Amino acid sequence: MLTLDVNGKKHEVSVTPDTPLLWVLREELQLIGTKFGCGEGICGACTVHVGGHPVRSCVTPVGNMQGKEIVTIEGLPENHPVKQAWLDEEVSQCGYCQPGQIMTAAALLQGKPAPSDAEIDSAMGDNLCRCGTYPRIRKAIHKLAAEPKGGSK
Amino acid sequence: MNEIIKLDRRYLLKTGIALGGCLVLAWYLPFSDQAGAVEPPAGFAPNAFLRVGSDGSVTMINNKSEMGQGVYTSLPMIVAEELDCDWQMVRVEAAPVAPIYNHTEFGSQVTGGSTSVRTEWQRLALAGATARAMLVQAAAQTWQAEPAACRTEKGQVIHSDGRKLSYGELAAKASELPVPDQVKLKDPAHYTLIGHPIHRLDSPAKINGTAIFGIDVQLPGMMVAVIARPPVFGATLKEFNDEKAKAVPGVKAVVAVPAGVAVVADRFWPALQGRDALQVSWDEGPGAALSTEEMRRQYAALARTPGLPARLEGDAQAALAKAARTLEAEYEVPYLAHAPMEPLNCCVDLRPDGCDIYTGTQMQTGDRDAAARVSGLPPEKVRVHTTFLGGGFGRRATPASDFVIEAVQVAKVVGKPVKVIRTREDDTRAGFYRPFWYDRIAAGLDAKGGLECWRHTIVGQSIMAGTPFEGMIKEGIDETSVEGAADTPYAIPNILVDLHSPTQPVPVLWWRSVGHSHTAFVVESFLDEVAHATNRDPVELRRTLLAKHPRHLGVLELAAQKAGWGKPLPAGRGMGIAVHHSFGSYIAQVAEVSVNKAGNVRVHRMVCAVDCGRIVNPDTIAAQMESGIVFGLTAALYGAITFKDGRVEQGNFDDYPLLQLNETPEIEVHIVPSSENPGGIGEPGVPPVAPAVANALFTASGARVRSLPLTADKVLAAMGKA
Repeated sequence: MLTLDVNGKKHEVSVTPDTPLLWVLREELQLIGTKFGCGEGICGACTVHVGGHPVRSCVTPVGNMQGKEIVTIEGLPENHPVKQAWLDEEVSQCGYCQPGQIMTAAALLQGKPAPSDAEIDSAMGDNLCRCGTYPRIRKAIHKLAAEPKGGSK
Repeated sequence: MNEIIKLDRRYLLKTGIALGGCLVLAWYLPFSDQAGAVEPPAGFAPNAFLRVGSDGSVTMINNKSEMGQGVYTSLPMIVAEELDCDWQMVRVEAAPVAPIYNHTEFGSQVTGGSTSVRTEWQRLALAGATARAMLVQAAAQTWQAEPAACRTEKGQVIHSDGRKLSYGELAAKASELPVPDQVKLKDPAHYTLIGHPIHRLDSPAKINGTAIFGIDVQLPGMMVAVIARPPVFGATLKEFNDEKAKAVPGVKAVVAVPAGVAVVADRFWPALQGRDALQVSWDEGPGAALSTEEMRRQYAALARTPGLPARLEGDAQAALAKAARTLEAEYEVPYLAHAPMEPLNCCVDLRPDGCDIYTGTQMQTGDRDAAARVSGLPPEKVRVHTTFLGGGFGRRATPASDFVIEAVQVAKVVGKPVKVIRTREDDTRAGFYRPFWYDRIAAGLDAKGGLECWRHTIVGQSIMAGTPFEGMIKEGIDETSVEGAADTPYAIPNILVDLHSPTQPVPVLWWRSVGHSHTAFVVESFLDEVAHATNRDPVELRRTLLAKHPRHLGVLELAAQKAGWGKPLPAGRGMGIAVHHSFGSYIAQVAEVSVNKAGNVRVHRMVCAVDCGRIVNPDTIAAQMESGIVFGLTAALYGAITFKDGRVEQGNFDDYPLLQLNETPEIEVHIVPSSENPGGIGEPGVPPVAPAVANALFTASGARVRSLPLTADKVLAAMGKA
């Protein structure tokens, strides 16, 4: 039995420790907002926060997660500025990669409230989107950076 | 549009019956968790496309699948515009399979061909207007007033004396009224939704993680399966040893099915571990000889022989023989995988008395019928629950219903609800690609350099052959093989476009923009070659040859002007243009690119002009152009599925890369105001991308690359530096 701290709640799960965190979130905890895209840590659809940092949950064995603070898209507050910016800029199309995009962007903005284009490239470059929402992702992040601190309009 | 229209009874059936038992099940997908399934509020359902609840909610029952293209917003906008309801009260529900929900032209329920708005506008407008008329009638009867004294606004009927009743209050009464024979549609001048950038209805669910895609469906007692698939197309199972697979905790069964060997477990991870532990051997058959290199040789040879004519104008062969000068080139584009971010999957609950299919599909009727055939149930016992699609691009419109059939096959053996999930590698390697195309093209010029003749031979697999759409093949010509080439608009006196349709063991399918994805590259690149060979400006040459095509000209001029065509560029950069008509829309794009010493192409800017006729949601138009450009850039720069020893050489995003955010150019979209009939928007942004980039590459570097993708080795070779 493993104990996980997900979105501020403790959960007991009975899985083998090599099981990727992604599948524990999705199948044991029913947190289906975190997506399976590649299974190799390439596409970023499975991105969650572990200790505040973006992590590819599809290649993260759950056995290493005990005692760590895990936040998924469901744990990001509904009024989180990144979510609001995604709505304002109408980023989503099919929407499948967006939880991963949002988690990566939220982590970026946590550390760098006003990232440059180069910093956005570096942080977001490995989150793939087949619908091509990249221009709007960039715009949404810049817009957040331009807003007064703490404001989500 | 502003006219009295005689209503067609076929789509004005009172539909409590038409929807039947599907109504409740369909209710919760895809916007909320199935656990929260709720009964719809009692109300008013004047036709199959909308329901007004006693709480004032308006539910649009949508027969089109939402895969990112925006139909869960644009189609409700059409209904809501005529209904005059409160947009905040609009919800969307996925339609079940029923004849009423068939595509108006294709004869079954299909989302594809960039047709949703084009084909549904009229009947959805009528659906909304009919409901509005009945709500007005209900209010007038309540007040004992004349309907003419009433107007509607934001979900209320308002009498000229100031009395008001909400649609929710009127729903019960309206539901008892006869459906009117005639209704009047709004004057477009009075539109409050159509033509405005309305926010997507599905955005909130997609940013908070509650949107349900097929892969997210969970049913009580559900199993998860992955399938060990043949390594080669056409291979058959020889034998397998499941001892180690069954030893993986959680694995419940290992079963041979027509698609391969399914490993069934209580969760995904054990199923995958079980598959890794499985030992399978295959009779590979003739497919094992398949190689891209050999196919290229065969196709190149075929391209030197006459094919079946798809367009004959004048006498191209004779004109070519006597031309003062001829240009000739060979082009090719590779197989491409659709690579939706959500790998294909399907969840099946098969019982002796019925079957429920939960999946993101673009072809509900075909999938239902396939599930019925495989399960042995009559089609009316099979229900399809359409979830959100984590990308479609044509891959989820499969006449072969491969991802549904294999799940039903597994369900038949398992005896419990089961979800079959493909890994990314399964998704990439299991086929249904954009065909590999090889083209030989020639132009004949007169003494002054005028374009007298155009001969274009196309070689590649037919998509429609062997599918239920085969009947659309006319005199050996699959329209999807030659679209964008046979209908070239350029004023050339002698044109021959001919086609070879060789067969291959590789399953092929429509891939966002279908035939146009290859013909636009060939036609627009080669026309650029003609321009440069005759010292004509590429825009000026197109302008001359398109003199009788005002909509082509409109986007050509707009894109050129907005891009600053002809103005000086930073050193090392080049501009290229392409213009193409597809799916009823006209698009021109200008690319600005540079090449580094290693031969890598960098696209800095894409300027897009689009004329897609009357518009429902301008922001969706812009979004789909951006989307098509990024999709097209992936194909132009990276995309290739290749074969060696019968095996697909790519598997995941490391060897089948997608364009990344840091590689995405600045994109500008300019919409031509138009009152023409609406055109498609999901696909037509793709075709001009590759030729615009290839043409820009030529002006930037002198490298004419006639093969996609535009990889560094090809660029260097074309520059003579390899």
